Amino acid sequence: MKALEIKGLKKSFRSNFLIRRYDILKGIDLDVEPGEIYGFLGPNGAGKTTTIKCVLGLLRADAGEVSVAGQPAASVEARRRIGFLPENPFFYDYLSAREYLRFATSLFAIPQAEADGRIAALIHRVGLSGHEDLKLRKYSKGMIQRLGLAQAMINDPELLILDEPFSGLDPVGRKDLRTLIFSLREQGKTIFFSSHILQDMELMVDRVGIILGGTIRRQGRLSEMVERSTQYYEVVCDRIAPRELAQIQGDFASRDGHFILTLPSEGDVNLVVESIIHNGGRIVAVTPVKMTLEDIFFSEMAGGAPPAPTSRSGETGGGAR
Amino acid sequence: MNPGIRGIAVNTFRESARNKMFYLLVFFGVLFALSSRLVSFLTLGDAMKVLKDTGLAAINFFCVLIAIFTGINLVYKEVEKKTVLAILSKPVRRDEFILGKFLGLALTMLAALAAMAAIFFAFILLNGGGFDWRILLYFAMLFLELLVIIAVSLLFSAFTTPILAFIFTVSLYLIGHVMWTYNEFKALLRAPAMKVLSEILYYLLPNLDKFNIKNEVVLGTAPGAATILYTVLYGAVYTAALLALAVLIFRRREFQ
Repeated sequence: MKALEIKGLKKSFRSNFLIRRYDILKGIDLDVEPGEIYGFLGPNGAGKTTTIKCVLGLLRADAGEVSVAGQPAASVEARRRIGFLPENPFFYDYLSAREYLRFATSLFAIPQAEADGRIAALIHRVGLSGHEDLKLRKYSKGMIQRLGLAQAMINDPELLILDEPFSGLDPVGRKDLRTLIFSLREQGKTIFFSSHILQDMELMVDRVGIILGGTIRRQGRLSEMVERSTQYYEVVCDRIAPRELAQIQGDFASRDGHFILTLPSEGDVNLVVESIIHNGGRIVAVTPVKMTLEDIFFSEMAGGAPPAPTSRSGETGGGAR
Repeated sequence: MNPGIRGIAVNTFRESARNKMFYLLVFFGVLFALSSRLVSFLTLGDAMKVLKDTGLAAINFFCVLIAIFTGINLVYKEVEKKTVLAILSKPVRRDEFILGKFLGLALTMLAALAAMAAIFFAFILLNGGGFDWRILLYFAMLFLELLVIIAVSLLFSAFTTPILAFIFTVSLYLIGHVMWTYNEFKALLRAPAMKVLSEILYYLLPNLDKFNIKNEVVLGTAPGAATILYTVLYGAVYTAALLALAVLIFRRREFQ
């Protein structure tokens, strides 16, 4: 059974006195396996938050089905299994973190004795120890984000939905959050998080879904996406005269006494390597250069066309012409 | 009680209890009630009657003020500040949210009214008056009226801005206190359609004057048990209807 399954989700908003209709989600299909970290990637305005709000019943979908562990997502029963961190969260600033978490436990009908232990553990886990009795109006943005995580975990949920969880966090906070998310996965929790920050995704996710213009453009295991996406091959060689190398391959760069050649296919690599060795040169390395998530993302943004091969070596020298 | 409703009610009460404006209004309510002593000096006639009349009016005014100002923000602020997102994503139904908010403010008003009433009773005793159970009845009726006012302001708060909610609530409050002139108004209407419309409106608009028993209390009389029972039933049904409407509207709301 899928931890989260979305089929044909559509949502539009009306504005300008209900005259114009804006289609925000144009049929979202995605699924999240239990126990995985799923990254929901898309630029601002792509429909990430709208999708999440439809999942939680905060927005009414025009069409489509959403289920959490087989139950309709907007049902009270499904919401017992979910923990949610909103984007840029705001909590009652007249309460302290401890009081807010106690309020959150009351909404789940968690008995007082159990609640106190859970609250203390969560405060420690998100790094708010020593600040738990401070009023939230005195909290920094990062501290609010940490409290947001704590309240999302208060019911020990099977599925955590985090909307832009890294926004507002400093580098230490980001590292702490990554560690926390990994530890949650080790506990068997499913984490679905949205972000427009590619680095967050690349470092953490098992699977990724790229949303653009209200549709899922790509979805799959990040490792497979990257594996299948060799852009070009880089051949590094030396001990060969530039003139001879130019005869083999017209365009190359030089750096630190090495020559770097960029080749589009495996067949070209074989030919070029043989020629270099035949001319007395030495092959230092042959590297298939794969697309990063960033490349995949921008390729999707450009309409699915693969990006033009560009050397990543940051070479200084110019190729002989 | 349902844990979601209780949690939200307790938190709403706590929010008011930590709001300085709430204490300020309670303080002014007490201050104006006590200043009735000054008014009694300046007025001819039964000083105790003037004291009760002015004091009860001051408490009434400030309680209504607190109820309206708190009520019109009750739901709007939650939506505007997006605190509602973290609540409604938990296993809390929307009707539980509305009921929790209502009960929280009702509890707040009960506390404010109890504090003002206790001070007022002490004040009466200090000025040579005795304990009058009719004043207690007055406060009970006032609390019932406050429940209706909270429900009205909560209803408007569920779908509009505080400014509009304030205008609508105050308008209904004022209309509700001149309902005794409504029959005279109806008699002026000639067109049958207007007569039907005015009849419908008569039952739709809140008749808040039913809860006002100040004149009887000050004069040392009290409405009969049947009248009181009818008023209590009227208040309960009217409040329940307003809350049901607020729930219907709030269920349809989306949170962008």
